[in-house]
Amino acid sequence: MRYALRKLGLLVLTLWAAVTLNFVIPRLMPGSPADAAIAKLAQNGPVTPSVQAAIEAQLGVPGGSIWDQYVTYLNNVIHLDFGVSYTFFPQQVSELVAGALPWTLIMVGAVTVVAFVLGTLIGIGAAWKRGTWMDSLPTVAGSFLSAFPYFWTALLIVFFLGYVLGWFPTSGAYSATAVPNLSWEFLGDVLYHAALPAVTILITSLGGWILGMRNTMINTLGDDYVTFAEANGLRGRTVAIRYAARNAILPNLTGFGMALGGVVGGSLLVEQVFAYPGVGYLLFNAVTNQDFPLMQALFLMITVSVLLANFLVEILYGVLDPRTRR
Amino acid sequence: MADPTTTTTATIPDPEGPAPEAARGPHRPARTRLGRTGQVLGRAFATVWANPKARVGLVILGLFVLMAVFAPLLAPYSPHDDSFARNEPGSAAHWLGTTGAGEDVLSQVIYGARVSLLVGFVAGGLSTVVAVVIGLSWGYLRGWGNDVVNFLVNLFLVMPGLPLMIIIAAYLQNGGLPMIILVVVITGWAWGARVLRSQTQSLRSRDFVTAAIFSGESSARVIFREILPNMTSMIAGSFFGAATSAVLAESGLSFLGLGDMATVSWGSMIFWAQNSMAILTGQWILLFAPGLCIALLATSMTLVNFGVDGLSNPRLREGTGR
Repeated sequence: MRYALRKLGLLVLTLWAAVTLNFVIPRLMPGSPADAAIAKLAQNGPVTPSVQAAIEAQLGVPGGSIWDQYVTYLNNVIHLDFGVSYTFFPQQVSELVAGALPWTLIMVGAVTVVAFVLGTLIGIGAAWKRGTWMDSLPTVAGSFLSAFPYFWTALLIVFFLGYVLGWFPTSGAYSATAVPNLSWEFLGDVLYHAALPAVTILITSLGGWILGMRNTMINTLGDDYVTFAEANGLRGRTVAIRYAARNAILPNLTGFGMALGGVVGGSLLVEQVFAYPGVGYLLFNAVTNQDFPLMQALFLMITVSVLLANFLVEILYGVLDPRTRR
Repeated sequence: MADPTTTTTATIPDPEGPAPEAARGPHRPARTRLGRTGQVLGRAFATVWANPKARVGLVILGLFVLMAVFAPLLAPYSPHDDSFARNEPGSAAHWLGTTGAGEDVLSQVIYGARVSLLVGFVAGGLSTVVAVVIGLSWGYLRGWGNDVVNFLVNLFLVMPGLPLMIIIAAYLQNGGLPMIILVVVITGWAWGARVLRSQTQSLRSRDFVTAAIFSGESSARVIFREILPNMTSMIAGSFFGAATSAVLAESGLSFLGLGDMATVSWGSMIFWAQNSMAILTGQWILLFAPGLCIALLATSMTLVNFGVDGLSNPRLREGTGR
């Protein structure tokens, strides 16, 4: 219990630091994004004084002491009020985020789970059959594939499977003519559109899980209790799964938790290539259009979800491995 | 535990390695520092070379370094020369064709190696330096500062790297290569610092460190002259790891149009290729060639790390049973 409380305290402290960092970064940077932002906003129509004041408060245009700005900012964050987007004026930032989040959560989330399970199983096999083709093939292929830049794999897949062969749609989350509803037809269309980005993420992330599991598994295979289990004449598979893999998977759980937290951030480069309307694509649009409120809100959301996921994994870790609770 | 060096790393198999030297006193013929460094590096290279995967990596990496150094001799044209016909397919004059702006693709690919290697080595090197300084002091010194550093490192570790990079790059737009290097260092040092710290913690209770402390050496000297040489392989490992992610980060940022778009790098080539709809015109080589180079360069450094990993952990060495 003390362990959980300490971790909770650390989480609160880290959350505060992340929120503060999000406040500080724009203020450390040269130039004033607010002026550019207000100029941009003015193109879409007259800027009311209240909107202007909100932007200035959020971006740190001199107005009130830095402490006042900070208090206002914290208050806004707590109420999930991130102001108005410049690019998609007059939409609220929170509406835009809520619209993009489901696409990313479902597509990237599912792929992350599949990649972890598949990669861990292959990694166990590779470590167990050390020195055979079952080891060298996945490790070499895995390290080569994970060295591919995400966007490049995505572009190649778009080119060959999308344009040359024409098997899959090349952009969007559903057909332009489809109307979002809960029919089987629409769901099929969504899956069809998610196929290419999903495959891309799977290809590029699988290698990391394989290598991570293989390396920790090799370490546990050298431990005395594994030798003892083998000497007792237990079946090879029992030793590999019940004895070695069970302990080797612990460090990888941390990585998995972080990856799950990272799902919210989407897979920025992949979503950009496929114009998949998730969080990553929204962040890309925000950055290219210098939409600072949207950018800050997205970054905050991504960071907070990673922090929360990390916290949950540490609690889980404490339950699974009593040694860490000290 | 008579000989602390052999148990920790294999980089310094010499039983007269640097660590116990201070305790041995002046009667031992002193080798020059440069000579010894050379010898250690040579031995480290031989150990890495002995690993077949790492050998492949070293060869590919070497080829890229040669390509970058001799780019003016190898490239048929200047990478900025846009006097050619646009969107040409491959021909005898332009092996890989020309870009949408009329530049020679092959020359750009060759010159692009310079940017990637520069960013990889400089950013990788800088984040390794930061990681070493912070990781070693953090692991060795004790006090209230420890908790602060611990908190900072954890914060940077969990902070999602790519979004943070993109946000900073968006604020520092048009900062050019120094900006990219800075961004990569800010987001990349924490992992190495953490790994080096735990190794330092396990080394600091060793006999040779105690001996050095009792002989009155300053903390800085103990950290950087006694402990540091024992972690050469780990530092090399985190250097190649950091360099790999720096190369990938540079190409990613350039591909998003957040880098310096005037310099010719592999990432910016793909950015322009995508902007000029190279896929639709069938010029897939414009995307393929620079991307393959990025992938090969990153793979080569990952492969080198297989050999370096083997140095610090004999269980990961090739050819030994478990």
